[in-house]
Amino acid sequence: MTEILKGIAASSGIAIGKAFLMTEPDLTVTKSTVTNKEEEITRFHEAVNAAKLELQKIRDRAEVDLGTENAAIFDAHLLVLSDPELLGAVESKVNDEAVNAETALQETADTLIVMFEQLDNEYMRERAADIRDVTKRVIARLLEVEVPNIGLIDEEVIIISKDLAPSDTAQLNRAFAKGFTTDMGGRTSHSAIMARSLEIPAVVGTKNATSAIKQGDLIVVDGDNGEVLINPPTDVVESYVEKRNEQEAEKKQLSLLKNKKTITLDGIQVEVAANIGTPKDVESVLENGGEGVGLYRTEFLYMERDTLPTEEEQFQAYKQVLEKMGDKPVVVRTLDIGGDKQLPYLNLPEEMNPFLGFRAIRLCLEEQTIFRTQLRALLRASTFGNLKIMFPMIATLEEFREAKKLLLEEKEQLQQEGTLVSEQIEIGIMVEIPSTAILADQFAKEVDFFSIGTNDLIQYTMAADRMNESVAYLYQPYHPAILRLVKMVIDASHAQGKWTGMCGEMAGDTIAIPLLIGLGLDEFSMSAPSMLKARNQINQLTQLEMKQITEKALSMQTSEQVKQYVKETLKF
Amino acid sequence: MTNHTYTVVAESGIHARPATGLVQTASKFVSDVFMEYKGKKVNLKSILGVMSLGVGQGGSISIFAEGTDQQEALEAIESFLKTEGII
Repeated sequence: MTEILKGIAASSGIAIGKAFLMTEPDLTVTKSTVTNKEEEITRFHEAVNAAKLELQKIRDRAEVDLGTENAAIFDAHLLVLSDPELLGAVESKVNDEAVNAETALQETADTLIVMFEQLDNEYMRERAADIRDVTKRVIARLLEVEVPNIGLIDEEVIIISKDLAPSDTAQLNRAFAKGFTTDMGGRTSHSAIMARSLEIPAVVGTKNATSAIKQGDLIVVDGDNGEVLINPPTDVVESYVEKRNEQEAEKKQLSLLKNKKTITLDGIQVEVAANIGTPKDVESVLENGGEGVGLYRTEFLYMERDTLPTEEEQFQAYKQVLEKMGDKPVVVRTLDIGGDKQLPYLNLPEEMNPFLGFRAIRLCLEEQTIFRTQLRALLRASTFGNLKIMFPMIATLEEFREAKKLLLEEKEQLQQEGTLVSEQIEIGIMVEIPSTAILADQFAKEVDFFSIGTNDLIQYTMAADRMNESVAYLYQPYHPAILRLVKMVIDASHAQGKWTGMCGEMAGDTIAIPLLIGLGLDEFSMSAPSMLKARNQINQLTQLEMKQITEKALSMQTSEQVKQYVKETLKF
Repeated sequence: MTNHTYTVVAESGIHARPATGLVQTASKFVSDVFMEYKGKKVNLKSILGVMSLGVGQGGSISIFAEGTDQQEALEAIESFLKTEGII
């Protein structure tokens, strides 16, 4: 019988292949006394050399697949394996204490790891992980245990693991890793985000994939429905193959739209853009025919580290994105921290209601040094592309004016220092707070553009914490109340000759898109893989007709009514 | 034995990439090569040794070489440090 595991649909698509289990092997070292020390040292060197050969292979493959920069980590690993101090220490230990090589290595490495972990520098502390990684490789050789190695896979497989660490995903080869499933994780866990950006079908959070699946089992990963099938019968596999082929054909069809405009049948042109988090994401934006970046979340520059990023580090990241995007617009959102995104090193007090608390622009206007550093980095990068800056969580006009004032102060300062700054930077705001949506007509006089952040706008309008599952039913993007707010914002911007974009989940939603076209939205920003589908849909709509549909939707009573109405009228 | 002292000007000191290159350069020679920083002397052929120093901007480092090719070793290391913009 086919066993079906249920999990979270983390990355869409269907993958079929043999299971490749990434279980942690048992590398427990047992201390023993050796009589022939010389032989033991030779055994140690053989293990080191074998590990080096393996690393060299991984390194070479990583260079081809992921580029020299990503392969550099393995150069460092190789050097650790050639380190005379490390090798010497292990040899002396075998000689002096007559212990077996694995014990000598483990104990030497442990001392080094402790030493590196205590260093007052995050970079150095990370080296502890390198030593651990390299040591494991050699100990596995000494114990003659096979370690599953993601970097050495050379056939099409489905990766099965507890969780995928960043170092694992860095080695993931798209040509062979057709899909993956993990025991742990949610839609926003690292592995899920990676899967989406690599466009590999994935189901995460299955709880027991690693125990239910055996090496070599035939696996179907259904990333659309969050299901993992173990050894399904031939007819089931065939139906999935068919479904996968259909999806691939559709994808191919969509790829024809890559360099096309996004324009309705009656000639209204809009922009389909992408939400990104790091400079690396730009590649996928261009691959998927993005007309711009509608939201560059700068938080990632500040996360998973111990100190604030320097102005130079930020400048490099912004410059890279702007250069790669050429003359296409890049909307950068200034630091949006607080709420569900915390920075431990800022030591902010814990709050009862973080989503209603000290976050985003509120924090930046208080912690001006942090904010000014970011603004300077952005201004310096502005000459390298088409930069637009927006401030998150604006609730009042004073907040916007204050933020803009700081921006202009830094601009003047830079110019006095002789640094070139673009004169074409548009300055806008995120519309996430109902007060701002309602007062959009006043804001529109002063801002250059709006970008509606629907996830937060819905959460604040419905008074429903989006992290709380019990009130998840209140996340209603088609609710007439939300549609009316969106309309107010778009109308207000157009009345002043400005434009409005949207960068929440709603912008890529099949049911919302016709309504947004009807409301006159100018820019749709979404995850990169959704862009072509959105363009395809928009290119088949008529704005005039959507206006009529939208007008009717605006006067409906419930979200469900709107949803049904759109589905029926547009026949999907 | 020959040695030379330099001041590190690179903003991020001797971090991963230069450390890797430094060790690779030193390892090409038969001479024993050492680096001293803040009173601590490490084997320049040891990546772990070099990284454990955590040399930062403005730091003063001394390179020592002893052996048949000590002069060449010192020159190669100096030229590497210069090309990488470390000194």
